[in-house]
Amino acid sequence: MSNQNTIQTGNEGSFLDAGRNYIARVKGGETGSLPALLGLIILATLFAAANPIFLKPINFANLLTQTATVTTLAMGLTFVLLLGEIDLAAGVTAGLSAAFLAISMSNYGVAWPLAVVIAISLGMLIGFLIGVLVAKVGIPSFVVTLAAFLAFQGLQLVVVGKGGLIGIDAPPILAIMNTPMPIAFGWILLAVIFVLYVGSALYSRRQRTTSGQLNKPMGILVFRSLTILIVGAGFVSFLNLERGANPAVTSLKGVPYVVPIVLILLAAGTFVLNRTKFGRHVYAVGGNAEAARRAGIQVSRVRIKVFMISSSFAGIAGILMASRQASVDAAAGRSIVLNAIAAAVVGGVSLFGGRGRLSDAVIGGFVIAVIDNGLGLIGLASGLNLAITGGVLLLAATADAITSRKSRTS
Amino acid sequence: MSTETPVIELKNVKKNFGPVEVLKDVNFSVRAGEVTALVGDNGAGKSTLIKGLAGIQPYDQGTILFEGNPVELKSPRQSSDLGIDVVYQDLALCDNLDIVHNMFLGREKAHTGVLDEGAMESKAADTLTSLSVRTVKSVRQKVARLSGGQRQTVAIARAVLWNNKVVILDEPTAALGVAQTEQVLQLVRRLADSGKAVIIISHNLQDVFAVADRIYVLYLGKMTAAVKKSETSQADVVGYITGAKTQEVGV
Repeated sequence: MSNQNTIQTGNEGSFLDAGRNYIARVKGGETGSLPALLGLIILATLFAAANPIFLKPINFANLLTQTATVTTLAMGLTFVLLLGEIDLAAGVTAGLSAAFLAISMSNYGVAWPLAVVIAISLGMLIGFLIGVLVAKVGIPSFVVTLAAFLAFQGLQLVVVGKGGLIGIDAPPILAIMNTPMPIAFGWILLAVIFVLYVGSALYSRRQRTTSGQLNKPMGILVFRSLTILIVGAGFVSFLNLERGANPAVTSLKGVPYVVPIVLILLAAGTFVLNRTKFGRHVYAVGGNAEAARRAGIQVSRVRIKVFMISSSFAGIAGILMASRQASVDAAAGRSIVLNAIAAAVVGGVSLFGGRGRLSDAVIGGFVIAVIDNGLGLIGLASGLNLAITGGVLLLAATADAITSRKSRTS
Repeated sequence: MSTETPVIELKNVKKNFGPVEVLKDVNFSVRAGEVTALVGDNGAGKSTLIKGLAGIQPYDQGTILFEGNPVELKSPRQSSDLGIDVVYQDLALCDNLDIVHNMFLGREKAHTGVLDEGAMESKAADTLTSLSVRTVKSVRQKVARLSGGQRQTVAIARAVLWNNKVVILDEPTAALGVAQTEQVLQLVRRLADSGKAVIIISHNLQDVFAVADRIYVLYLGKMTAAVKKSETSQADVVGYITGAKTQEVGV
């Protein structure tokens, strides 16, 4: 066996070997979202020490709803960043989708499910247009989406009216961000996640075993599923605590509805990127577009689809934004795109394409939200807040640039 | 000599770029189980000849016979459908993907769009094993972490994986050190021994003489020599390349 020529699959060795391999990969620059995760823990500890309100259930629930819009936008942008492209229009696309949602319901009496479909379809259409201009006409995405950023702001003004404000009153839409789920739903959600994770992991292990391939040590699966269980249980029980200002009048406890929505988007997007041909082609085009083309991948089609996905996520972000504010104004979504790009990059998605995951965007979204929320609680001027967010983004982009240079020259 | 039909035979192939004749009535044939070297100075027309075979830049005139039958090579698709694959000098691998992903790039195994990673991993490992590759440790390594020789190995193994009949290697050793060059040359030899027709383009005559069975020399767009390695010497080939010597090509 030892002098037989065997080629490994990276699944050999014990639990400890796997740990050592992971450390070696991190040292080699494949850090993923690890720095963001560590940063998140440090920031949370600092803010908790500075102001005890930071750790109150009400603040944590606020943090989740604050970050949901930016995180959804950032997940969509991750697809675009994986190609090495950018979408500066994602925020205004969200704003325009929110406006269409609100107007179709209030002015035309459209039922809310149809209005949701209209909002997401508008996003998809915008993505298609951007994608065609980038992939077929060949205009750099920076320029196309900058033009769209300006033009859609104008369109938003026309649609909503100057200084206008369109209210949202459909209870299901308002509930997404403002009403928590019943207590039991949080636990059911966690149980579903746990069963799905362990089930799919065991299924793929059995498939590998039947085709005679090695599996990663069982310890890794146990470790990961226990982490999901413990962290998840912590989240759910914390969010199930009473957080109403006056519980006798209005009780406020439970996981917000937006949490399962974001988790479903995360799971669906991750599945597409990791398990489908299309997802593989996205990484290939982002890694080396010429190699992808020579391998027979239709690069421009991949690009168009990616912009459509990204802008559809923006449409969903628009719905979340409208739900949280219970209204849509003429400037909706104008400022959030830079936070969303920052979230993705801080989380570990590369600006150079080909490297990053949707979960990175979620973690990055938390970092950006924690900075915003924590500095607000400390009472720092908002100017400083922006400067610090900018600094964090620059730090993450520097790390990204160094990692990318290292992997190119090695 | 050999009586069997060549896998590819080019007859009187011509290619012009405007007024410049890049290929002038070129004859070229490639046999299964042999390494055929194509040598010549810069601008002699080597790349143009290869691009024609790859379908990237079709020839203007001439006959192409594939296993004895006349064929057209007007698009990369046509030549890859026939089983002709080019391993380019710049390798065309995606650094951010692992070896398995790269070997199956664009032709992933999937059930209703969902990737079958297990099947791809087994096939990739089998292919590398069949080529007696010892330099690659794990098929799940990212290509970015591989050395030049290992990358070349992956690129060649990809061509083998798809059961191509003709594998064209463009300067496979140009960027490699001594030990890695040796490994890649051994791989090229094994490729031919497994029954494939291998075309190797190289500037390095030492490499050519180490691995080739037959040597074709292009000089200013003309095929000035077609010789068996056993019947020639490095000095002769240098003569053909520089135009100091010519041989009547009549094979």
